[in-house]
Amino acid sequence: MLVIELARGLWTTFRSMFEKPVTFQYPEVKRPVHERFRGRHELKRFDNGLEKCIGCALCAAACPADAIFVEAAENTDAVRYSPGERYASTYEINMLRCIFCGFCEDACPTEAIVLEHNYELSFTDRKQAIYPKEMLLVPVPPGGQPTPMRTMPGQFDQAIPEMQDPT
Amino acid sequence: MNTTLLLEWVIKSAVILAFLLVGFAYLTLFERRVLARMQVRIGPNRAGPWGLLQPVADGLKLIFKEELIPAKADRLIFVMAPIITVVPALIVLAVLPFGPAVSIGGRQIHLGLADDLNVGALYILAVASIAVYGITLAGWSSNNKYALMGGLRSAAQMVSYELALGLSFLGPILLANSMSMRDIVEAQAGWWFVLVQPIGFVIFLIATVAEVNRAPFDMPEAEQELTAGYHVEYSGMKFALLFMAEYDKMIAVSAIGAALFLGGYWGPFVQQVPWLGPLYLLLKVLAILFLMIWLRATLPRFRYDRLMAFGWKVMLPLALVNVVVTAVLVVLFVGG
Repeated sequence: MLVIELARGLWTTFRSMFEKPVTFQYPEVKRPVHERFRGRHELKRFDNGLEKCIGCALCAAACPADAIFVEAAENTDAVRYSPGERYASTYEINMLRCIFCGFCEDACPTEAIVLEHNYELSFTDRKQAIYPKEMLLVPVPPGGQPTPMRTMPGQFDQAIPEMQDPT
Repeated sequence: MNTTLLLEWVIKSAVILAFLLVGFAYLTLFERRVLARMQVRIGPNRAGPWGLLQPVADGLKLIFKEELIPAKADRLIFVMAPIITVVPALIVLAVLPFGPAVSIGGRQIHLGLADDLNVGALYILAVASIAVYGITLAGWSSNNKYALMGGLRSAAQMVSYELALGLSFLGPILLANSMSMRDIVEAQAGWWFVLVQPIGFVIFLIATVAEVNRAPFDMPEAEQELTAGYHVEYSGMKFALLFMAEYDKMIAVSAIGAALFLGGYWGPFVQQVPWLGPLYLLLKVLAILFLMIWLRATLPRFRYDRLMAFGWKVMLPLALVNVVVTAVLVVLFVGG
């Protein structure tokens, strides 16, 4: 019967009025992203505060969108940014070019660059789209020292000190 | 004609117009909120508390939009069409009684502009029919095939359903033995006409939904087939006028439905406190508006041929039978 079907339809819509809305009130309430979500990059540090990035530019080589620019400089024991010989003196990612494929993550020998969960990357100017090293580098962890730091000679000769959990 | 009477009319007109303008703005918000809740969303809630400033934001946006007139459009008719559509929607409510007589400063004042007009019901039908010209002309003057088809559909649909609408008016007219809206409402002081005219009320509701081009009869503006129907080419405030006409017509037909079938302003304690009358009327109008939005949220659009078939083969015979039965029963039990 048409009338019964109409009434059933009306009842369905009426009942759904009293369900909890599925809406996330976005700027105030953020929906959690998945663990492997590829958002904005971060340059990680070791626990003592040294940067993991050694300025090898493999990420730049792997990048299909050519979004990454790396310039390396020499470390010394007096002015040390990262373990090993070199560090990234310039590290820029152009967020207008980046396609968030995560190849840079795969290419990184020291697991320095990680695509994290921040997806709020709006800007009002093309120049703002270029994220410099200061923006990408994570803060110094508690107990660590800021870079550059003065270190004991011979303590951080290896670029890849010890892999905690090699896979 | 004395000055006080003139002043009274001016004030009443201003109040009705203001009610329709504000009502239009907040009806859009009401519709969006109810629709959102039925779709398990929240709806606009950012502009002001509970989104109450949303209509203001929408209006401001539309004012600053570019007013575009297509190069091949018939400019005069293109500009006139929204006005032709909106004016009937604004003046329909002139014959509606909003409440019983109240006395202000020793004067007996009827809440309603011309609610004792002896052809009130005819006036409503006549004025409501003018709106179809605006829509058809809007479609034709745009010089756009989708707009033209929307306008044509609208004309055919409104003409077809107007018959059933007019016939559904006859039930209350026969029962009240008057065409004056005030008499019709006064006659419902004891019981509402919907109790004796349930089929008439249903026919009235379906016909009005078709008359104001609302889902599931929103054929003239079927987004999927006609992009937007008769108002494709309209932008800015001209679009807002067409939109306002549609929503003001919704308010108007809801108020008329409440007056014809749901006892108008009658409710508990209206005899003692006449100012409760407009409040009850508003509640009834809101209930019918909610029903219209509810239908929109639920039902898919009719196919065009089925809409016409339904109008001519179901609605019209049913309305005719309803009128005949009502007339016979009125003669038998009330006396001619």
